[in-house]
Order: sequence, then structure tokens, then C-alpha cells
Amino acid sequence: MIPVSLTDIQGVLPETIVVIAALAVIMADAIQRGRSGALLPVLSVIGLAAAGAAAIFLWGTSGTVFNGTVFADGFASFFRVLFAVIGILTILFSPHYLKITGVRLGEYYALILTAVFGMMVMASAANLLILYVGLETMSISLYVLAGSQRGDVKSAEAGMKYLVLGSFSSAFLLYGIALLFASIGSLDYEVIGTFFASDFHPGPLLVSGLALLMVGFAFKVAAVPFHFWSPDVYDGAPTTVTGFMSTGPKAAAFVALIRVFGVALAPASSLWSSVLTALAILTMTVGNVVAIRQTSVKRMLAYSAIAHAGYLLVGIVAGTKAAFAATGYYLSAYALMNLGAFAVLILLNRRDEGSYRFEDLRGVGFAHPLLGITLSVFLLSLTGVPPTAGFFGKLYIFSAAVQQGHIGLAVVGLLNSAVGAYYYLRVITLLYMARPESERTIVQPAAYRFALVISSLAILIIGIFPERLLRVITLAVP
Amino acid sequence: MILSLCIALPAATAFLLLLLPRSAAQAARWVALLGTLATFIASLVMFANFRAGEAGFQLVEKQPWIASIGVDWHLGVDGISLFLILLTTLLSVLCIISSWSSISERVKEFHFFFLLLEAGMVGVFCALDLFLFYVMWEVMLVPMFFLIGVWGGSRRVYATVKFFLFTMAGSVLMLVGILYVYFHTTDPATGAHTFNLLMATEQAQYGLEVQRWLFLAFGIAFAIKVPLFPLHTWLPDAHTEAPTAGSVMLAGVLLKMGTYGFLRFCLPMFPLATMQFVPLISVLALIGILYGAMVAMVQKDIKRLVAYSSVAHLGFVMLGMFALNIEGLSGSLLQQINHGISTGALFLLVGVLYDRRHTRLVSDYGGVAKVMPVYATLFMIIALSSIGLPGLNGFVGEFLILLGTFASNAFYAVLGTAGIILAAVYLLWMYQRVFFGEVSHEENLKLKDVTLREGFVIAVLVVLTIWIGVYPDPLLSRMQPSLELVLSRFQSAGVSQLLVP
Repeated sequence: MIPVSLTDIQGVLPETIVVIAALAVIMADAIQRGRSGALLPVLSVIGLAAAGAAAIFLWGTSGTVFNGTVFADGFASFFRVLFAVIGILTILFSPHYLKITGVRLGEYYALILTAVFGMMVMASAANLLILYVGLETMSISLYVLAGSQRGDVKSAEAGMKYLVLGSFSSAFLLYGIALLFASIGSLDYEVIGTFFASDFHPGPLLVSGLALLMVGFAFKVAAVPFHFWSPDVYDGAPTTVTGFMSTGPKAAAFVALIRVFGVALAPASSLWSSVLTALAILTMTVGNVVAIRQTSVKRMLAYSAIAHAGYLLVGIVAGTKAAFAATGYYLSAYALMNLGAFAVLILLNRRDEGSYRFEDLRGVGFAHPLLGITLSVFLLSLTGVPPTAGFFGKLYIFSAAVQQGHIGLAVVGLLNSAVGAYYYLRVITLLYMARPESERTIVQPAAYRFALVISSLAILIIGIFPERLLRVITLAVP
Repeated sequence: MILSLCIALPAATAFLLLLLPRSAAQAARWVALLGTLATFIASLVMFANFRAGEAGFQLVEKQPWIASIGVDWHLGVDGISLFLILLTTLLSVLCIISSWSSISERVKEFHFFFLLLEAGMVGVFCALDLFLFYVMWEVMLVPMFFLIGVWGGSRRVYATVKFFLFTMAGSVLMLVGILYVYFHTTDPATGAHTFNLLMATEQAQYGLEVQRWLFLAFGIAFAIKVPLFPLHTWLPDAHTEAPTAGSVMLAGVLLKMGTYGFLRFCLPMFPLATMQFVPLISVLALIGILYGAMVAMVQKDIKRLVAYSSVAHLGFVMLGMFALNIEGLSGSLLQQINHGISTGALFLLVGVLYDRRHTRLVSDYGGVAKVMPVYATLFMIIALSSIGLPGLNGFVGEFLILLGTFASNAFYAVLGTAGIILAAVYLLWMYQRVFFGEVSHEENLKLKDVTLREGFVIAVLVVLTIWIGVYPDPLLSRMQPSLELVLSRFQSAGVSQLLVP
């Protein structure tokens, strides 16, 4: 047995805290016997906040722990904080949603926590097997969460679809990992990196391993043409879970992409760079074009999430430190705007009249200023209009692409964001420029108001003054 | 400081407005008026401190903003932007006054967006940092989007989405261009890349092929804004559907952002490509002049007629600019100001009529001169200024443009002159049908002549048209040194060979 030192334990402190919180939530739920109360969400938020604080506390460490299998660097810490924030926001939005949809599931909060744990492990994994463990922990929690609205056919379908296709893609990934192990003899990123940096021979085993690995990742980030699961899953899952799934797991998959493809496999980029470029172009174009045609706002945002994965892939293709910093920045901004947008949709949805129709948004903007303004900020940020964080993130990603000479890719990407403007604007025109169908009161729980104001302010602040966040990420990039 | 103030004052006033209760419509109007007036006074102070006869940027301010990627809050004004800023701040004041009674719903929000728009426009004209310029360029899109979409006419949503998407499609291409320029510009002090416009212009030594691409990347964004035929289709919709104040700002200032962009970025940074694109742009400008005029002629809606006349007028501006001599350039720049004044005034005048009768169809009027004599007189002066009658401002600009164009290509000048004749046709014909003859509709018998408030707003612009028409020297003398500087980019080595056919 390999001895475990105190540094090792310290290196995974945030993950440990999240696991403890998850266990505590399960215990509390068992003791409460399903009586609904504020205890579970409060416990979860405390746990996540503590984990985030621990990650900040660990800031400044570098290198790896547990014999080079787990990163304890700034990049891991940065994303642990981001995952904690995503988890907290999701939980703030959850009690109201669970109440109106009638979901009574004590495990809900525990599953969010285990999913966050999985994402954190993915961000700090320095070994493909650890990455896989993190990925599966996250995925299995998400399968259950997606299907947690048991009475709803669409939710059940989403859970099932996600389970089948998710396991399928995990299998690709695992097989790819196995083939790589067969040709390299190690699963540590560092060893893989040294292997590819030396004069390697791209044999069939190695190439098929890489290909399978890429397909696996493409499934996870929902890159076209491996995206077919995501619109149905995003559409069918409970909306809070959709917001969570479209931000956290996506960010986790991108950290892993950066660490594996962007860093360890960087010397072999000639093997995969053009494939990834094609994936990026397809992903943003298909995502945007199909989003235009949607009749449900939720489904539209699901497709727009695909498009955003395309923009983020551009950062991996560019492959510089600045590009990875840009990806990190964009992921943070994206998490805030997408979670916020889904939260407003939850409040605006009229459950009795079908789900998430565009008509539900008519004339809400002036009647309910808080919802109107915050949703507009989120949408303008998704569009990429300055001075929002979404604009700066896009600018930063595409500037890295231009710097590396990927000018065509930048042109396609930015034209795509003009396409995106069309369907995001459609929502704003309904909010402010259409007559309301009828007067209506919209319940606005304090937790929502708080979270919406904070995230829209954050989007504006990190958009206007990106310097500090940028510096933090740039320092952390591996 | 003064330039920052010109941006900060309207922006701060906008956010101050948000603090007002929703019912305080009258208070919102007053706050907005005071805000725009303060901005106008600030811009007059800027004007007073501007030293005529100097070519470079003055009143320069520079503060680091996003230091790690070389972005500064970097402002300055030269002969090119000076009058455009003044035009913006003046028209803003007049627009607030003109909307006093015509905007009665969501008054606070209207003024909020209007003031943000003003801040963005001033920012575009004085930004000396490519990033800052782009941010300002995009920032002003959002308030304009709301102004048209919320307070516009019946097809406002279609018009505003079209306006937004056209502009956005152009500006993302410009962003790629800006990024390319950024990576080819280094700050000699730090050795890092910078968005500094002065350094970017100074260090712009691109090969012809690259210049061509960059010219297109920037130029398409600007051409959409100008708008240059065939990218003009958003304009008639947006101008017609926008509320009066929105149309005035669109025609008066927003279009100038396109022509300003050509003058500030394309010409000095990509002179070789500019030379190459002269025939293309000149021909498109001429098509715009003739096509805009002919389409204007057959419009049934007065506001749409004025909108199409903008396509024609901006064609002149582009034609003069791409004559690439001092006469053409100064005519072009002067005509930008003139167009802002006269077309702004025309939209205000149409608004006056619309406020009374809620129709803009030519056929609904006739004999208006009998019931509204003062209004008819003001309209006549402005229409004549727009046609280019000697003694009024339009003449000076068009004359200089044609002079410059004649020197570079006589054929273009001849075709351009035909455009002036057409302008006389469509404006005077419309004038005749609306103002002369018998009063054909009973409702029109009771029309009230302009109120003091409306009269004041138009009178200010009428005074300017006469002043510039008689004595344009204060403007030209301040413009020309900066324009000479732009031209000097063409006299440097390789370019002069191309100049000689």
C-alpha cells in the first residue's frame, strides 16, 4: 500500500468536504423522513460554500498529490470554486421548483452534491482512470437527476436516454483509455505527455485509442454530430437540472479536454487538431441554426448550449495558455448566464398551458422589471454583446484563435454569434415589445431574486472589469 | 477629462433616471433634458478648448482599462470627430425636447435608453482604442434596439430585429479585423500587443493582399451602417418605424458612424486597398445616389421618402470621400454634418405632422401651407437645404464633393450631379403635394401650426443650415488639417504610384 501523506489529504480537501456534505444530506433526509424543509438545501449550500472556501484556501499550491494522479494546482482550484458556485446557484433555485413540480425526493440535493464531487474530481484528475471515476460519479448522479420528475413522461424519457447514451459514450472513453494504456503503459497525464513529446510512432492502436477518447469527449460536451442525446435530455430533465447539466458537467468536460488534449496530447496535435476544428465548426453552426427553429424556449436554450460548446472548442483548438484562460473565463461567464436564464424561465413558465412556450414571455419585461432586466442581461451576454461577460469571453477565445492563425475559424464563430443573436433577441422582443396576453402575478421567491441579481451583476462586473478574473485564470492555467 | 465627461454625463443621467418612480414622467423628461443640456455644454467646452489648425488628436485622455491585453480608456478628438460629437450632443437635446409630448408611454425607460444611446455615440466618435471603439459601437446597438422596438410604429419589431442583425453581422467581421490588427501592433514601451489606435495606424504596413481582407472586414461593417447599396435594406424599415427621436438619431448620427469608420480606420490604415476599392465603392455610392433618389420619388409615406433620401445623401458622402483629395474629403465630412442637420430636421418636421394627424401618407395631406404657414416655411428651408440650394449648408458640401469627384473622375461627377436634380424632384414634388393646392381633407383644416417648443427645435437647425451655408469656414478650417493627415497616408511611397493611372 502506498502511504498517504497529509499533503495528499489536503490536496483533495474540497472534494472531501463535498462528500461529507452529501452524506450529511442523505442522513438528514433519512432522519427527516421526507418532510420537506429548508434543512437539506441549507446543508448543501453550507457544504458547497465550505468546499469552495477550501479550494480558495488551497490556492497557490501546485504540482500533484497521490503519486501524480491528482492535480493540486490553481487550475483545479479555480474550477472547484466554479463548481461550488454552480452547485450553490442550482440549489438556490431548487426548493421552489421542486415544490411547484411536486417532486419529493430527498436524494435530489445529495445527488447534486455527488455530481459536483464528480466534476471536482474531473478537474483535478491527473490520471485517466481518476478522470473516468470522476466522470462516472458525475454522470450517474445526473442520470438519476434527469429522470427525477418521475410522474413526467418527458423526464423519465430524458433519464433513460441519458443513461443509455451516456453509458455508451463512457464506454467509448474507457475503451480509448484502455487502448492508450496498451500503447503507452501509463495513464498519468504526465507520462502520456512525455510519450507524445518524444519521437513516437502513431500506430493503429494509438490512433484508434485517441479517436475513441475524442469521440467520448465529444459525446460528453455534446459536440455535433455526437449531440443527439442532449436536446431531449435538456428538454425533458427538470429545469433546474437542465441549468445545472448545461453548465457544470460541460465545464468539467472542458477542463478534462484542456488537461488531456490541450496539454498532454499537445505535441500530437497534428493528429487531432483538424478533427477538433471540424467538430467546433459543426457544433456551433448546427446548434445555432437548429435553435432558431425551436418552439419551446427551454429547447431553444438546449440547442444554444450546443452552440456554446462549439465556441468553447475553438479555445481547445487554439491551444495556447491564453486560449485555455479564455475557455476558463468563458465557462465561468457561461455558467452564470445560462443558470440565470433557466431560473427566470422557471418563474415565467405557465405550467397549465404547456411548457416553456414563447408566448409565456409576452410583455413580462415592463410588468416585472427584475425578471425582465436580469433575463435581458443573461440573453445579451449569451449573444455576446458588450459590456457583458459573454462578449469578453467570446472576444478572448476568438482572439486566441486569431493569434494562432485560425482566422477562418474565428470568422465562422463570430458569424455564428450573429446567428445566435436572432433567437436570443426574439426572447427580448417578446419580453419588451409584445403586448401581454393577460395580467398575471409571478411568484418571485427571495432566493431567486437574490441569485438573479447577484449573477446578472456579476456578469456585468466581470464583463466591464475582466482584468482581475483574467489574471487569476491566467496564473492558474497549466 | 472633458471627453470622459461627455460620455459619463448622459450615462450617469440614464442611471439616475432609473431611480425615479415610474409615475414621474414629467420629472423624467426634465432630468433627461438637463442631462443632455449638460452634455451639450460639456461638448461646447470641448469645442472651445479645441485648437483649430492642428491635425492630430487633442484633449487626449488615457487610463489603463484591461492592462493585461493592452486596452485603454483612450479618448481624443480631432478635426474629423469634433463636429460629429457636437452634432450628437446638439441633436440629443433637440430630440428630448421634441419627444416631450409625443412620448407618453414608458417615459422614464425611453429617456434611459436615449441617454445610453447618446453616451455610446459620443464614445464611438472619440475612442482612440480599437477595443473601446468596438465596445461603444456595440453598446449603442442595444438602446437603439429598444427605442425602435418599444416606441416604434406598427412594424417596429421586424424593423428593429433587422437593424440589430444587420449591424451585428457586420460588426463581428470587424471584430476579426480588429483582432488581426491587434496582433500586428506592439506598444514600443512594453513590447506587448495593444489596441491603441494611434499605434495601429502608425504601424499599419500590411501587404496589399492583407490590406484587402482587412479593408473588407472593417469596410463591410461600416458599409452596412452608412448604408452603402446593396446593404441599405435595413435603413428604410428602421428609419420609418423608429419614433421621431430615434429616426433623428439614426439618420443624424448613427449613419455617420459608418462614414466616420471609413475615414478613421479604412483610409489611413489600409491605403493600398482603399485605392483598389475606389471604383467599386464609387460605383456603389453612385447607385445609392440614383437608386435612393428614384425610390424616394415613388414613396407614399413621407417618412419613408426621407429615409430613402438618406441613402442618396450618404452616397454623396461616400463618393466624395473616395475621391481621395482634400476637396472631396472635406466636402464629404461637411456633408455628414449637413445631412445630420437637414435630415434630422426633416424627421422632426415629419414627426410634427404625424403627432397631429397620425398618418404620414402624402395622399392624406394637401394645402397644409394654408393652415400651417410657419411650419410650411420651416419645411421649405430645410427641404431646400437638403436639395442643395446655394446659401444653405447642403450646397457647400455637395459642391465640394462634386469638385473633388470631378478632379478624380469626371464621369462619376456627372452622374452625381444627376442625383442632385433627382433630389430636387422628389423633395419638391412631395412638398407640392403636401403643402400646396386646396385642403383636400377636412381633418387638415383644424391643424394647429407649430407650437413654440416645436418651432424652437426646428429653428435651431434652420439657423445652422443658413450659417453653414453662408460661412462654412469655421468648420472647414478645423476639419482640413486632420483630413490632410489622412491624405498624407496616401502620399507615402507605394501608394503614389497607384494614384497615377
